[in-house]
Amino acid sequence: MAISGVLRPGYVQIRVLDLDAAVKHYVDRVGLDLVSKGPDGRVYLRAWDEFDRHSVILREADRAGMDYMGFKVATDVELTRYGKRLKEAGVKVEEVAAGEQPGVGRRLSFVIPTGHRIELFAQMDISPQCPATENPDVWSQEPRGMRVVRFDHCLLYGPNIPETSKLFTDVLDFRLTEKVMTPDNKAMIGAFLSCATKAHDVAFIHSDEPARFHHASFFLESWHDVGHAADLISRYNISHDIGPTRHGITRGQTIYFFDPSGNRNEVFAGGYTYYPDHPTRVWSADELGKAIFYYERQLNERFLSVTT
Amino acid sequence: MTPPRRHIVVRLPDGRESAFDCRAEDTVLAAMERCGNTSIPVGCRGGGCGTCRVRVISGAYRCGKMSALHVDATAAAAGFALACRLIAEDDLVIELALRARVGAANPDRNVGHPTH
Repeated sequence: MAISGVLRPGYVQIRVLDLDAAVKHYVDRVGLDLVSKGPDGRVYLRAWDEFDRHSVILREADRAGMDYMGFKVATDVELTRYGKRLKEAGVKVEEVAAGEQPGVGRRLSFVIPTGHRIELFAQMDISPQCPATENPDVWSQEPRGMRVVRFDHCLLYGPNIPETSKLFTDVLDFRLTEKVMTPDNKAMIGAFLSCATKAHDVAFIHSDEPARFHHASFFLESWHDVGHAADLISRYNISHDIGPTRHGITRGQTIYFFDPSGNRNEVFAGGYTYYPDHPTRVWSADELGKAIFYYERQLNERFLSVTT
Repeated sequence: MTPPRRHIVVRLPDGRESAFDCRAEDTVLAAMERCGNTSIPVGCRGGGCGTCRVRVISGAYRCGKMSALHVDATAAAAGFALACRLIAEDDLVIELALRARVGAANPDRNVGHPTH
């Protein structure tokens, strides 16, 4: 197997102020399927093309933001190995017992230098509604709303971007696909990291405030689907941020909006394929407008500063 | 019958005032955006990010759910609100009260598992 170790983003647990409004947004508009509601009130969702049981967890709380993001590891042996490597790197690792999330095995949980909680897990039940594997139709039930294919990545804001990037590359075997430098070209203020062949699986941008959540992103099949998402955003008066547009970084074709609790969502298509022998792409601060919004070529204060 | 409209006056940090009308069903921030006024910064419009934090100086109002990181119960009792969750029940006078930097003591930093 060419891809081993950390395979992909597995789940994100998002805090919402009003659970019913959030479920309506993520199910009816974004197009995730409702999997279950746990006895503690958490709601589990998945996208139509995902095999695993769930990929988005909503937790009602008195503040918005992200509780944690989890990555799936290929085997339990490798999960144990990553736990050991994290501890050797001085990271305090907690083990979350199997079953704390329904259908999920034991998880390793730790806080990274940006202040965010990250998890690793190796086992999750397959969804009974997962894509067919024998003479498979494209889908068994037609996708709904924005028709998102999968939970794709998160962008997180916090301090200590170089240390965080190093933890992901040196300990967790990610690759740095793109980076953004300060005007003097001495410090990295943005890191885009891949664990497999996507242009990014998680990204970090510098902020003095730790543990800020910029967005959770969902993948679409086409640029046409980005337009369809834009139509839904206007039709249902969803809080719009920016787009449709394209990123210079990763080349994704994209639109951004907010859930009813103010957490930012992205739906996007495209982006290049990354291979481990590719060099890191570098953006200087004077080209940051094009890096972030390739068509507008200028920065947008709300996109840069609004987080939960 | 024309639904009631509230008159909203925003006191700006430089001492000037900006004003707009607000339909009964709109939040203060939605009414501001509807008429092209830009006196209050616009963020998520969902009570989560704290960008549109204000303090109500006079007038009756109610609020939808707001992130306690930006307006907790004490702040709410003192008249602080997020304009995107603020419903005017009367003509209002408000002032900008931009959110404080969320520092290392950020209480959501280590929120992990509800069972912990």
